[in-house]
Amino acid sequence: MYEFAYQKPASANAAAALLAADMEAKAMAGGMTLIPVLKQRLNKPSTVVDLAAAGLVGISEAGGVVTIGAMTTHAAIAASDVVRAKIPGLAEQASWIGDNAVRHRGTMGGSLANNDPSACYPSAVLALGGTIVTTKREIAADEYFQGMFTTALEPDEIITAIRLPVPQKSAYEKFRNPASRYATVGVFVAQFAAGVRVAVTGAGQNGVFRHKEMEAALSKSFTADAIAAIKTPADGLNSDIHASAEYRAHLIGVMARRAVARAR
Amino acid sequence: MGFEGIGASVRRKEDRRFLRGQGNYTDDINRPGQTYAYIRRADRPHARILRIDTAAAAASAGVLAVFTGADIAADQLGGIPCGWQIHNKDGSPMAEPMHPVIATGKVRHVGDPVAVVVAESRQHAKDAAEKLVIDYEDLPAVATMRDAIAPGAPLVHDDAPGNQCYDWHIGDREATEAAFARAAHVVKLDLLNNRLIPNAMEPRAAIGEFDSNSGDYTLYTTSQNPHVIRLLMGAFVLHIPENKLRVVAPDVGGGFGSKIYHYAEEAIVTWAAGKLMRPVKWTAERSESFMSDAHGRDHDSTAEMALDADGKFLALRVRTLCNMGAYLSTFAPCVPTYLYATLLAGVYATPAIYAEVRAVFTNTVPVDAYRGAGRPEASYLLERLVDVIAADTGIDRIKLRRMNFIPADAFPYQTPVALQYDSGDYVATLEAALKQADFAGFPARRAAAKAAGKLRGIGISTYLEACGIAPSAVVGSLGARAGLYEVANIRVHPTGSVTVFTGTHSHGQGHETTLAQLVCSQLGVPMEQIEVVHGDTAKIPFGMGTYGSRSLAVGGSAMVKAMDKIIAKGRKIAAHLMEASVEDVTFEDGAFKVAGTDKSKTLTDVSLAAYVPHNYPIEELEPGLEETAFYDPKNFTYPGGCHICEVEIDPDTGVTRVVNFTAVDDVGRVINPMIVEGQVQGGVAQGIGQALLENAVYDASGQLLSGSMMDYTMPRADNLPNITVGTESTLCTHNPLGVKGCGEVGAIGSPPAVINAVVDALSEFGVRHLDMPASPQKIWSIIEAARGRMAAE
Repeated sequence: MYEFAYQKPASANAAAALLAADMEAKAMAGGMTLIPVLKQRLNKPSTVVDLAAAGLVGISEAGGVVTIGAMTTHAAIAASDVVRAKIPGLAEQASWIGDNAVRHRGTMGGSLANNDPSACYPSAVLALGGTIVTTKREIAADEYFQGMFTTALEPDEIITAIRLPVPQKSAYEKFRNPASRYATVGVFVAQFAAGVRVAVTGAGQNGVFRHKEMEAALSKSFTADAIAAIKTPADGLNSDIHASAEYRAHLIGVMARRAVARAR
Repeated sequence: MGFEGIGASVRRKEDRRFLRGQGNYTDDINRPGQTYAYIRRADRPHARILRIDTAAAAASAGVLAVFTGADIAADQLGGIPCGWQIHNKDGSPMAEPMHPVIATGKVRHVGDPVAVVVAESRQHAKDAAEKLVIDYEDLPAVATMRDAIAPGAPLVHDDAPGNQCYDWHIGDREATEAAFARAAHVVKLDLLNNRLIPNAMEPRAAIGEFDSNSGDYTLYTTSQNPHVIRLLMGAFVLHIPENKLRVVAPDVGGGFGSKIYHYAEEAIVTWAAGKLMRPVKWTAERSESFMSDAHGRDHDSTAEMALDADGKFLALRVRTLCNMGAYLSTFAPCVPTYLYATLLAGVYATPAIYAEVRAVFTNTVPVDAYRGAGRPEASYLLERLVDVIAADTGIDRIKLRRMNFIPADAFPYQTPVALQYDSGDYVATLEAALKQADFAGFPARRAAAKAAGKLRGIGISTYLEACGIAPSAVVGSLGARAGLYEVANIRVHPTGSVTVFTGTHSHGQGHETTLAQLVCSQLGVPMEQIEVVHGDTAKIPFGMGTYGSRSLAVGGSAMVKAMDKIIAKGRKIAAHLMEASVEDVTFEDGAFKVAGTDKSKTLTDVSLAAYVPHNYPIEELEPGLEETAFYDPKNFTYPGGCHICEVEIDPDTGVTRVVNFTAVDDVGRVINPMIVEGQVQGGVAQGIGQALLENAVYDASGQLLSGSMMDYTMPRADNLPNITVGTESTLCTHNPLGVKGCGEVGAIGSPPAVINAVVDALSEFGVRHLDMPASPQKIWSIIEAARGRMAAE
């Protein structure tokens, strides 16, 4: 780890101001990715701006929308009565991230800001058609995710909350990388009155993506059989020592069918 | 406090400190004025070092020194020595290229040390190491064994033509060829034994210290054998005599073989401490461990069995290519030869065996012994081959094994590959395991799994290993450059408590308990009055350390001999005290008694007299009650047994789940059943890891792709079933305890049981064999290809 200054501002706007004033400063929202990166000396921030005291914690529901503060931990989301009742797929997804220690430090906002292509939350937020609320604006999920580790966020823009429409049914299925336990393929399905949205994480070279063919089929019939014949092309999918693009393409189908079958 | 002697499941004494976080590991030790070494390692597999500019690093804050290979050469240090010399088929010695402490001229694997920065803090050392300017000329590399033996392959060492370390053989070639010529069937199998990265929980660490007044060096290190490190490093690398070099291996958090060897970092910190006159500490980061701890396994073999018409084994022919990595690690050359090919008889009465082993250098981390060392490779090859024979010939796999077992009345049994087994009963372990695993009920479980859309398979392995390493004269004749006896010093203190000084080393095995139980049984001393001391060359007379499941069979036997001497001396003292004849004095239950009388003296009476010799046969006996014994085993020990694994495969994803695992092992006499169970369970966990999960992967250029926990799949709790452990013992006939050893059986017996189960589960797809690890992707590909074939037919 290189030396850095440490700040713990009391509001998101104060944090954003620190980031705006110093292009070398980095926000920390739990630190479950940032700290290992710092330990490996892969990043050299001038200042770490810790968002832990910025007051961005909490879960509420109103008017068919669940709002989650950006600094809410995975453990809190997994244990939330609101999330478990309204978006059970998200509660389960949160409960599967990392290990117990990680779930008590890592946050939803931190994960979304980082947008690791193997992270779980991007699939939920995209499938649910959520909204990313920041210190500057509101960004629709479809506009927010822009590729591996790339988002619509500006350097001095901080996520304050995530708004997620409550679906009729939802579920997440994850095929874990055997070593890292990140998503090799993760599929989130969300059924709304207006139709079904399916988002795939872990598999795509450009990060999370929507599976439009499955969405169309599931919007007609929300059953595993409805997508049984859909073959996902391997083009554009990741390949590594644990899973080729072809295997990932296959797993997308398996995970999607299982998610649909389990959705509630 | 109930019975605590041999056979009791006494709770581990050492766990009190381990479970409370109060162990004393090398990195916990901090010496006054301590400095920190950071090692800059090669980031490329093969390159000429053109220039190392150390100026900026040396000028960096807090830096005390920057060392390169040139500094090592200037001080005329030796290379890292190899402990075994194997000879080629033609009698010539193996190629043994120089293994410099710090790379000189070339780097030969990713992770090879290139320069060392010593500074006031780790942070300072690391900052400075980034300022080293190293100019390389990249050279073509050989990443795999097949690459290494290809004609015209780049050479890892100029003095090892064809990248060959040795081309060795064992067995009777003519008899084997003759048997193949008349065989009714020949079954052939090509198989790989996957390369593993040990990953002990505690990374390696070392602290060197130099006392300028006395000229004494001390090395604290994460070692399984401090005396061996003192010998190798002192005599061959740093030229420090034994009386000026103390090696301490304090609590060590797992070794599994990877902490046997003398590593460059140990020499670096000791040498640097002398140069700087300050203690120097180095602790590996996990990513360093991946590229600098010796890896394990990595064999590429072809096995062929000749059978008669009934399925009796006539002869076995094996060709193995094995990887040494870039340099020879301490034990490396003996692993694929004398710890592997000599085990190819296994539990079978195969009359003729011939094995050829070719060891090659590659631009990868050195490969050496890893839990089981050679024997897992042998048992995997044999037990896979036997299942393939069963499948190819249609003979039931259990029947095939039974008809070829060495019968229980055939011991001692001379194999065609040098070893002589002393005892065993392979039918007994097989039958106990079949019963324990409810083998008979498997078809119903398979049917239930099928109804749930899962593929269920069951696999058996009836394995054997040789441990209790080793008779010195035998291993000396085979190329070992050291003896492999063990040493015990037993000190009965004046008031009757006992300290055991053992040359073995405990790094998780529970010796402080098991060895104390031997004293409890033999001398009748309560457990709480017995202390076991290990891991310090300044305290222990000598020793060869712990590996090859030798601590009890060899080290425990040395203790028995030392205690025999104590009892013999005690009888003389007691005879004097009780005014009886020595011949009439017996020792039982901790007391010396005069036969036919009620006269009795406790061990404490005798020890007190020995240290306060007021009434003592001083003319014929020295005072004191302390004895040392060296024990050189007469033979290896031969644990064996039967492992049965049951798996369930999800055909949609290819994920294999181990649902049942049963191990019934013959480990000889059991001293502490609870510790044996734990040792077997740990070994099985590693075996399941090898079979399903772990794989060291290099890309074609020689970069380690599985270089962190993000990519290298260590087994975790949720990968493992409840493991049922049983023992069915026959006693070792040649050591005084009748013990055989249990540290490695789990890792040796289990991989073939797992893969046999996986192949069984996939039988409907026509699968004959698949190489480890049976990863989800691999199984899915096999199922996918088979479904494609079946659809086309």
